[in-house]
Amino acid sequence: MDQRTVRFEEVALPHLAAAYNLARWLIHNDQDAEDVVQESFMRAFKSFHGYYGGNSRAWLLTIVRNTCYTWLQKNRMLMLSDPIDDKIDELGLDFADPELLFLRSVDARIVRASLEELPVEFREVVVLREMEEMSYKEIANVVDLPLGTVMSRLARGRKRLQALLTKRMGKEASIELSANA
Amino acid sequence: MSCQQTHELIHGYLDGELDLVKSIEIEKHLEQCPTCTQNYESLRGLQSRLRDNSLRFDPPANLEKRLRSALRREKEAQSFVSRWRWVIAGASLFAAVAIIWTVATVASRQSPDDVLAQEVVASHVRSMMANHLADVPSSNQHTVKPWFDGKLDFSPTVKDLSQQGFSLYGGRLDYIGNRPVAALVYQRRQHSINVFVWPTTEAPVKTEKASERQGYNVIRWSKAGMNYWAVSDLNLAELQQFVQLLQEQT
Repeated sequence: MDQRTVRFEEVALPHLAAAYNLARWLIHNDQDAEDVVQESFMRAFKSFHGYYGGNSRAWLLTIVRNTCYTWLQKNRMLMLSDPIDDKIDELGLDFADPELLFLRSVDARIVRASLEELPVEFREVVVLREMEEMSYKEIANVVDLPLGTVMSRLARGRKRLQALLTKRMGKEASIELSANA
Repeated sequence: MSCQQTHELIHGYLDGELDLVKSIEIEKHLEQCPTCTQNYESLRGLQSRLRDNSLRFDPPANLEKRLRSALRREKEAQSFVSRWRWVIAGASLFAAVAIIWTVATVASRQSPDDVLAQEVVASHVRSMMANHLADVPSSNQHTVKPWFDGKLDFSPTVKDLSQQGFSLYGGRLDYIGNRPVAALVYQRRQHSINVFVWPTTEAPVKTEKASERQGYNVIRWSKAGMNYWAVSDLNLAELQQFVQLLQEQT
């Protein structure tokens, strides 16, 4: 095997878990996520000559993210009906439901379902920030947005996520009640 | 720091993206503001919930293997192209040259008929220019036909068609297609018609083939083991009429 392939595998394969996790969260489907990851790796391999070291994870995840968007567009699944207006401040001063303080004990299924419901523009920054623990700067590179926008997307994403969780927790609670009754 | 400011910066604080000064200001505010503290705790709870590994999707066990073999295939395809790049380029160039050469040769290759037609027309032109239409100038077919005896290994049919408007002018020896041939000369008004005749073993060409070369009309046909080529500056319709008459006579 030649040096370039060895080097590429050394650089890219350690980020396979991150690549798959991102693709799976954006695509919502195991098989398609696998295909998109494979396509991303092929794209990355072909453009490997343009990689001069540095943050290999951000480099690879940028390609994965773009490949996901291409796939979503091709499959008409990109729900960009309302372009996100990053200037709107939807944070307001209304505070979180106190119930959310007990979030630590909430079923993982509810968290997962709520995150899946989040629009993709918010979902991707939340996944990159919380699951990959990327810095604002890294996220800004991957999703190609200014730093300030990354922070506001994260803030709004969390806010929406809290609302979705509250709603789901309320539903679950009433289901439990009716089941017990 | 106010609640509004804290609200804006709390995410940066949570994510460790604030500078030291701003972080200390936030901490001071949180110490004295239970509402903001509750909001912060709620966000922290969300964050730790999202960081739970159970939310991650793990890649299928065979995905890495699948990627490695896909990379290998890709590499092979690439190196095949790069290793054989010059050979492929050379082969393509060779193929292109070969195609051009073939097309050019085929296009420029003349059929035997074309060569003959050229010779026939050249002969006709030569006979006019040298004012050497006939070796035996005679309108009498019984004079012209015997004249060829002993000069050719065949005896061409010679017919006078002056009744039909094409008068026999004479006969001449000529040389076409590497062999001596009989040239019969007819006149229609001021136009001369050369009819070249020689024997052939090829299948007869029953239908006449008319063509135009260098402004002359050429009609060829064969009959009874003889090749006939009629050339003239006469218009095609009259030349065809002449050929018709000649065919009826032979």
